[in-house]
Amino acid sequence: MNPLLVVLFLPLATAVFNRLFGARLGKGAAAGLACASVLVAFAFAADSVLGLAALPAASRQVLVHVYDLLDLASFRVGFDLLLDPLSGMMILVVTGIGFLIHLYAVGYMHEEDAGEYARFFAYVNFFVFSMLTLVLAANFLVIFTGWELVGVSSYLLIGFYRGKTSAADAGKKAFIVNRVGDFGFLMAIFLIWNAFGSLDFSAVLPHAAALSPGMATAVGLLLFMGAAGKSAQGPLHVWLPDAMEGPTPVSALIHAATMVTAGVFLVARCHAIFELSPLALGVVAWTGALTAFLAATVAMVQVDIKRVWAYSTVSQLGYMVLGVGVGAYTAGLFHLLTHAFFKALLFLAAGSVMHALHGELDMRRMGGLWRKMPLTCATMIVGAACLAGVPLTSGFFSKDEILLMALRGPHADFGLWLLGYLGAACTAFYSGRLIFSVFFGKPRDHHAYEHAHESPWVMGLPLVLLAVGSLAVGLLGLPGFLTHWQPFTDWLAPVFADLKAVPEASASRALVLGLMALYTGTVAVLGWIAWRLYTGEAAAHPADGEATSALHRLLWNKYFFDEAYGFVFVRALLGYSRWLWRWVDQGLVDGTVNGVAAAAQAAGDFLRGRVHNGRTRQYAAYLAAGACLLLGLALIYHR
Amino acid sequence: MLSLIIFSPLAFALALAFGPWGGHKSARRAALVLSLAQAAFTAWVLWGGDFSAAGFQLQERLAWLPALGAGYHVGLDGISRWLVALNALLLPIAVLSSWNAVERYPRAHYALMFALQSMVYGVFLSLDMLQFYIFWEASLLPMYFLIGVWGGERRLYATVKFVLYTLAGSLLMLLALVWMAFLARTQTGHLSFDFLDWSSLAIPAGQQMWLFAAFFLAFAIKVPLFPFHTWLPDAHVEAPTAGSILLAGVLLKLGTYALMRFNLGLFPEAAHAFQKPVLIICLIGAVYGALMVLVQRDFKKMVAYSSVSHMGLCVLGLFSFTLAGEQGALLTMLNHGISTGALFLIVGMFYERTHTRDLSVYGGAVLKMPVLGLLFLPVALSSMGVPGTNGFVNEFLCLRGAFEAFPWAGAVAALTVILGAAYMLRLTQKVMYGPLGGAKMEALTDITTRERASLGVLVALIFALGIFPEGILSNTQPSVQAVLARLTPGASTPAAPAPAAGGEARP
Repeated sequence: MNPLLVVLFLPLATAVFNRLFGARLGKGAAAGLACASVLVAFAFAADSVLGLAALPAASRQVLVHVYDLLDLASFRVGFDLLLDPLSGMMILVVTGIGFLIHLYAVGYMHEEDAGEYARFFAYVNFFVFSMLTLVLAANFLVIFTGWELVGVSSYLLIGFYRGKTSAADAGKKAFIVNRVGDFGFLMAIFLIWNAFGSLDFSAVLPHAAALSPGMATAVGLLLFMGAAGKSAQGPLHVWLPDAMEGPTPVSALIHAATMVTAGVFLVARCHAIFELSPLALGVVAWTGALTAFLAATVAMVQVDIKRVWAYSTVSQLGYMVLGVGVGAYTAGLFHLLTHAFFKALLFLAAGSVMHALHGELDMRRMGGLWRKMPLTCATMIVGAACLAGVPLTSGFFSKDEILLMALRGPHADFGLWLLGYLGAACTAFYSGRLIFSVFFGKPRDHHAYEHAHESPWVMGLPLVLLAVGSLAVGLLGLPGFLTHWQPFTDWLAPVFADLKAVPEASASRALVLGLMALYTGTVAVLGWIAWRLYTGEAAAHPADGEATSALHRLLWNKYFFDEAYGFVFVRALLGYSRWLWRWVDQGLVDGTVNGVAAAAQAAGDFLRGRVHNGRTRQYAAYLAAGACLLLGLALIYHR
Repeated sequence: MLSLIIFSPLAFALALAFGPWGGHKSARRAALVLSLAQAAFTAWVLWGGDFSAAGFQLQERLAWLPALGAGYHVGLDGISRWLVALNALLLPIAVLSSWNAVERYPRAHYALMFALQSMVYGVFLSLDMLQFYIFWEASLLPMYFLIGVWGGERRLYATVKFVLYTLAGSLLMLLALVWMAFLARTQTGHLSFDFLDWSSLAIPAGQQMWLFAAFFLAFAIKVPLFPFHTWLPDAHVEAPTAGSILLAGVLLKLGTYALMRFNLGLFPEAAHAFQKPVLIICLIGAVYGALMVLVQRDFKKMVAYSSVSHMGLCVLGLFSFTLAGEQGALLTMLNHGISTGALFLIVGMFYERTHTRDLSVYGGAVLKMPVLGLLFLPVALSSMGVPGTNGFVNEFLCLRGAFEAFPWAGAVAALTVILGAAYMLRLTQKVMYGPLGGAKMEALTDITTRERASLGVLVALIFALGIFPEGILSNTQPSVQAVLARLTPGASTPAAPAPAAGGEARP
């Protein structure tokens, strides 16, 4: 049996088992089973990837046919899996980081009863299966299947606390907004089906050049609509901040490290189509850049620490999308990889703080916590440094590469770079603001501070491992002028071998170093400002809802996206539907039916008076007349 | 064998009505045993037969009214096979759903359900059109009584509306049938109501239009397509649970089945002429139905209007005249029967406990009914068309078929992908999640073993058909392709359907 099947189906099997029998198994066994299945899946994934690496670079593609899904005469599509360097990298991230987050959840969720505990692990395992289906897909039907199933697991996990209305609302919103994107994805799939008569990547992507420019643009834009929904790009980003209603490990795994990067993965996977359309690529790049900047500005004023990281995730996804949008696929994917580590770390560390403070998330009631939880503090600083792009951290290298490509790559534009640069400045500020407000300065809520405690080792160990990983993973993609050892770029090279020109940024070393100096200076200045503002006696946090200026109000309310959508899509659509129901359905359509019936009844009443009068002789006459009529008709036709 | 499938439920109905099962406990036990036996027998018959080729199998003929050209003629092909199976499956489920709900006249209740099953078998298997018409009309009667006697407060209004509406629609069809019989006489020399004879007639295009329209009206009311749908929510709301399951599960499929078999099979040129208007009606119905679901406050009405939306998609696939669309439509008939059957079953479970369908009373049910929560989710996902459940496969194929025919039709229809998620998740949240709704919710008890069994079977099918759709698609394909071949322009002289393969014609 192919090891990929173990990677894929083992988490599914344990998910089903835990959902059905986990409650009876007890907490330890349910969690052990779930963690073990992801760990074994990771081992098999590593084995598969090593096997792949042993092949010559040009033939690193393994296709596994599981069974036939649809067979419509001239069209066939199977449940087919594709292992190549791109999916290989993704399965390692999903199972590897997935395992650490499973481990963390063992501690984080320990207060739940056995039934809820088992349900949680079943859902998370199911997510791992869904995400693996998505990344291992070898055709558009299977990737769409994985795409929808990660949506379902996300829905279930956001709404995990089933008794909470806000959780149920958030899950529903996430799914529906994603479905808006999926509408585009589905249309793209149908267009591809029309153009190629197949949905297999191997029949579509190498031959993408056969698409007409208009068709390539249409397919690209529709695919990106799906990608924007899943990767929370504006204007479809509104679901992600609300998704923080889910348990924190879920935020780390699904809504930071893995699922939300699926859109970036999709664009990278289908780069052959996007490369045909400068317009589609331009839309991708500008959407990414605007999202990166605007979400970063919102993150600067939020006070809920998970919400800050949520907007930060939207912003960082914007960078990845910007990267693939300027044709820097490897750079975008490298940022995906580094972000998976440091953002998972940041969420888990936030969860650790929340755990210590019994659910408190408002940074205005924290402060000085480094004395109480040094490990959480140290690891979170590492994560925030990566996020802010402190020199020599992984985030510095990956974000740097994207910005360089935005300025000097094959589809470069100064505006894109500027948005990216301003976003990076905001990132440095909000990262510093959060760290300093939470861990430094004086405790603002003494009661909470007194009861704070460091988290148990099952939560601490993943933090340490992720912190080490966050720093180490940067070594895989050091800047080109430092070293020729480029494992990440080389590993992905076969996937992007079809690109006409290798997107090597045409930049002089002086420019590269100058930009690095600029970023470093920016991070230092903004970090210092945040330190001054948020560690003093009267930290500059405005009270809840008390906006200090129009700009602050705009950011505090996240540019009023939710209000606008609430008005247009929810209130207006429901109002229209209600109008339709009342006046058209019940009024016009049903009214006509009942009107006809009433008219028939009136006519009947009239006839009953005249004809149906109870005289037997008259009935006999009708009967005879009718019989004569029938007989006559039969004689005429039955010659 | 097919005759036994059709008439054994009728015999069981008589046995139940006049047999020694006085109390409701003995009646329901007898009904369950008989329905399971019936299903087992039907499954055994359906298992045999070779569906790798198109054409009718297991045909049986009897001369009945030779002067009129009408006889008794039944046969089975890849299209009817799965609908027959669905009809066999849903009866035990419906019996189980009435287990505690029906205490008044239990024998009559169960007997009527069997009579209904018999008539529905008759419709799916008839190859003589007069016989088809008789079964078609006769299927109304048991449902008339099921709603009229065991229904809710406005049951008389609903049931009379349902019956009169459908009757009015089929009157024109009767005229068309007679017309066709005479047409057969002018071309072959003798009156005939036989479908196989009719399929080899060359019907002038002008007459096809009128005949198509007459058939279409009858079937569109049954499906029901917008704007003929308003009887459905009323009928569902008033029907007892078993009635709703059978109404949505199989009765609506009579309409889509007949559209596929007769409108497409007999009048290909008219079908092409009417394609765009019908597609537009379906698009309106699919989107409009979904918008109607969004604003309902009644649990059962939501499910009823979702049927309007789903059946719009089904006929949309049907009138795409593509293989994907036809296969999708056929699969929709089956899958909608399973998942909407399950939804009505769930509505019934709640109604038995709370005696209200007003959604404002509901909330947080999953906290009291975790097992139902577990089984409810796949049903909701199937209704939304999520991959891995059966609902995805048929929705995907119907949309694909429509898109292949006219991209605008596929694009508009795909709006239901968004709206479907919106209404189904709204329903799920309203009933299942959030804090407990109140005293009625506090008193909820989780589902019993009997309820688990009936819902569990449907959920298992939801997954099985969602994960391995080829199990069904591969053996409906030849028959569906035969329908398509007649529709393809160029093949104007239709090939006579393959003669009975392994038929056991009896004199």
